[in-house]
Amino acid sequence: MQKTTLDIQTIRKDFPILSRTVNGQPLVYLDNAATSQTPKQVLDVIVDYYSGYNANIHRGVHTLSQEATDKYEQARATIQHHFNAKFAHEIIFTAGTTHGINLVANGFSSLLKKGDEIIVSALEHHSNIVPWQMLCERTGAVLKVIPMNLNGELELDAYYELLSNKTKLVFCNHVSNALGTVNPIKEIINAAHNVGAAVLIDGAQAAPHIKADVQALGVDFYVVSAHKMCGPTGAGMLYGKEEWLNKLPPYQGGGEMIAEVTFDKTTYADLPHKFEAGTPNICGGIAFGAALDYMNAIGFSAIADYEHELLVYATTQLLTVDGLKIYGTALEKTSVISFNAGSIHPYDIGSILDKLGIAVRTGHHCAQPIMDFYAIPGTVRASFSFYNTKEEVDTLVAGVKRAVAMLQ
Amino acid sequence: MTIKEIQEEIVDEFSMFDDWMQRYEYMIDLGKSLPLIDEQYKTDDNIIKGCQSKVWVHADLEEDKLSFTADSDAIITKGIIAILIRAFSGQHPKDIIDADTSFIDEIGLKEHLSPTRANGLVSMIKQIKMYAIAYQTQLK
Repeated sequence: MQKTTLDIQTIRKDFPILSRTVNGQPLVYLDNAATSQTPKQVLDVIVDYYSGYNANIHRGVHTLSQEATDKYEQARATIQHHFNAKFAHEIIFTAGTTHGINLVANGFSSLLKKGDEIIVSALEHHSNIVPWQMLCERTGAVLKVIPMNLNGELELDAYYELLSNKTKLVFCNHVSNALGTVNPIKEIINAAHNVGAAVLIDGAQAAPHIKADVQALGVDFYVVSAHKMCGPTGAGMLYGKEEWLNKLPPYQGGGEMIAEVTFDKTTYADLPHKFEAGTPNICGGIAFGAALDYMNAIGFSAIADYEHELLVYATTQLLTVDGLKIYGTALEKTSVISFNAGSIHPYDIGSILDKLGIAVRTGHHCAQPIMDFYAIPGTVRASFSFYNTKEEVDTLVAGVKRAVAMLQ
Repeated sequence: MTIKEIQEEIVDEFSMFDDWMQRYEYMIDLGKSLPLIDEQYKTDDNIIKGCQSKVWVHADLEEDKLSFTADSDAIITKGIIAILIRAFSGQHPKDIIDADTSFIDEIGLKEHLSPTRANGLVSMIKQIKMYAIAYQTQLK
């Protein structure tokens, strides 16, 4: 295994929150799959925006408006380059992953008809299930599910059998939030394209760990949230191929998304503004760009190597706990470990860990079908970021052992 | 004993513990000793909404007094419901309806629970009072 080249202790100094205490204990933050922490380089950008050039964008002729507009569009360009989109106007600012998915699902309402099929994977969380169910209700399309195996890996042969000329859309996450499985999205995208279907990849859990190249993937839509990759909440991105974004009708009506409005007829603005009605989260978009700059300065390759090291170490150490079972043992995983200890309820373990200053997620992780698959009420999920340490893993393991001893 | 006397007894017990760990251990013990609800009452109708873990509460009226049984799939939650059952079981519905529940704050239970669990606790109390209201109507 490759040893990390990152100076973790120096990196940790960028994150003020990591030095706080919780319940009298040093914080051990292991809920990064839910939201990551924000470095001071991004916090500074947020403060600079509100204290220096807070103004509405695109419409103002005054200096502040132009400065804010420039920074916002610079952030769009940063996002474009990070994900290697062909054009900046293929990047739509959203409120986050869920917003991006709903935008696409809504747009397809007018493109689907009764009997069309859409395929979703068994590894999805609710945000990538419910909008498609709603789309099916609106259009009469049929939802089909790619099954998974006990390791938490998708069964591609079954997927290939589901595909047909009726398939219009395929939706899948790049990485499962509940299990950490990295899905073979290139194969999924290629197979869907072979039958003429469009593909949306939910990259929310992948983007903090894997640098996705949307052109190399050939994906039609890719969605992410800023807050899972060192940025603020309420900001995110929908990448869409220009041809698809031009086909989809606007999601919401309002200012900015129009070309001309009369009471007889409204014409819509060009991309990307067609999908950006109203005043956007300007500061959030700018800070999202800053977060990408921050992570790229560290380097995604170094981040991936170090997080893999943490994953292997944490897996090995957690398995020393009596009765502990890990759910999701795919060969390709990001730094997420979902587990239960014997028959102890995950909420009980999570409650004790919280008292010890350890933040983990417990429950069904908004992915109830996965929990139903394993016939469990939920799991304890520890999810690691590049600023976590092996010492924190040791604290987690000691905490789990203490909790198990109390709860057994 | 009246509800108030039982509540005072519980407050006294909890005041003996110095730290959260001892309180949690006590709640876990209470959870383990909670008489299990009859399987026939573990239905969706008896699940308390607002709890992230599942909680079932059932009430029976025996000689003008209510008795409660409950269960949960999480042991700490079971401990919480055990405390409530101890405070309210074997009491007249009207006394339950009128009962003050500030003892929950006095034992520091809420501050040691996550907000979701604290909401669940409020839901449990509400459900117990709802049972009391329903049976009080029958008694009239």
